[in-house]
Amino acid sequence: MKYLLTALLLSLSATPVLACETVQLGSLEISEAWSRASIGMARPGAFYITIRNTGATDDALAGIATPVSGKPMLHETVVKDGVASMPHAPAIPVPADSTVQLEPGGYHGMLMGLTQVLKEGETFPVTLKFREAGDVTVPVAIRGMGAKDAGCVDKKD
Amino acid sequence: MRRRTLLVAGASGVGALAFTLGLGWWQSRDSLQPGSALLPLPIGKMSFTLTNHHGVTVSPSEWIGRPTMVFFGFTWCPDVCPTTLSDISLWLQDLGPDADRMNIFLVSVDPERDTQQVLADYLSNFDPRITGLTGSLAEIKRAAEEFRATFEKVPTEDDYTMDHTAGVFLFRADGRFGGIIDYHEDRRVALLKIQRLLKAAS
Repeated sequence: MKYLLTALLLSLSATPVLACETVQLGSLEISEAWSRASIGMARPGAFYITIRNTGATDDALAGIATPVSGKPMLHETVVKDGVASMPHAPAIPVPADSTVQLEPGGYHGMLMGLTQVLKEGETFPVTLKFREAGDVTVPVAIRGMGAKDAGCVDKKD
Repeated sequence: MRRRTLLVAGASGVGALAFTLGLGWWQSRDSLQPGSALLPLPIGKMSFTLTNHHGVTVSPSEWIGRPTMVFFGFTWCPDVCPTTLSDISLWLQDLGPDADRMNIFLVSVDPERDTQQVLADYLSNFDPRITGLTGSLAEIKRAAEEFRATFEKVPTEDDYTMDHTAGVFLFRADGRFGGIIDYHEDRRVALLKIQRLLKAAS
């Protein structure tokens, strides 16, 4: 029991580090997965991530899955003539030797039908489905509602 | 005969000059503000009535005397709106107490879901100087028309979302339009635009 508690405490305190850690999948380096805290479960959430393709093969993020959303989808915010819309993105290209960011005002994961409240400081898993590299599950850090980035220490601008 | 020709020529010359001057006046009047028909009305000419997130009825004429910042959005918006509200909160933080001398509004384009209480809960996560406005769809449409902003309900599979004008509208203390901070605008440029309004008002 004591060990369990210690393990639990350790895993809780270690979550911010985990979310900022880079996950390797073949030649893909995945980092800075984050989301914003939600008010209740009625509104859709958004999630953001950085994907670096160090390989020579083009890839694409073709879908996402997560237990916190009944219908997670990829979307892109497009501002045309000053008007913002969010078309569905069937896939997000991750070309060879380049970095793609899902970030506020651009590509993002849209988490419709939240199954739980997203609480600041906690994490949830998201499975990324790549056309070439396959699937990988990463921890997503839940930040405050006013957050604009993952808040990782090495990524300050 | 010759004299008569001269007279006619003279008269037509005067006419041409008057026409040219008139055209020039008309053109410069128009070219001073390109696309002036698409600029927001001055606040003093706006006529909508909305309710703020504290439940108080608001009409724009009350805003005159302080610089004003207005943003159209909705609280079900997962990406653009929290980002803009967080941008505005950061600008206000940078401006410090100077920003206390401003009116700052989020006008909901989704009154169906954004009731006064919903706006209050949502805005408690951002700078308290931001006031939420909601009301009847008719009044929100009127407000959008007067700002020359647009919004549209877009059905999704089992719900709906809203497309909407994303920029932040700025007005001088006397109510005249003072520019737009575009979505993705550099933070330093945004701050300069707001500071210019505050300086003019002090």
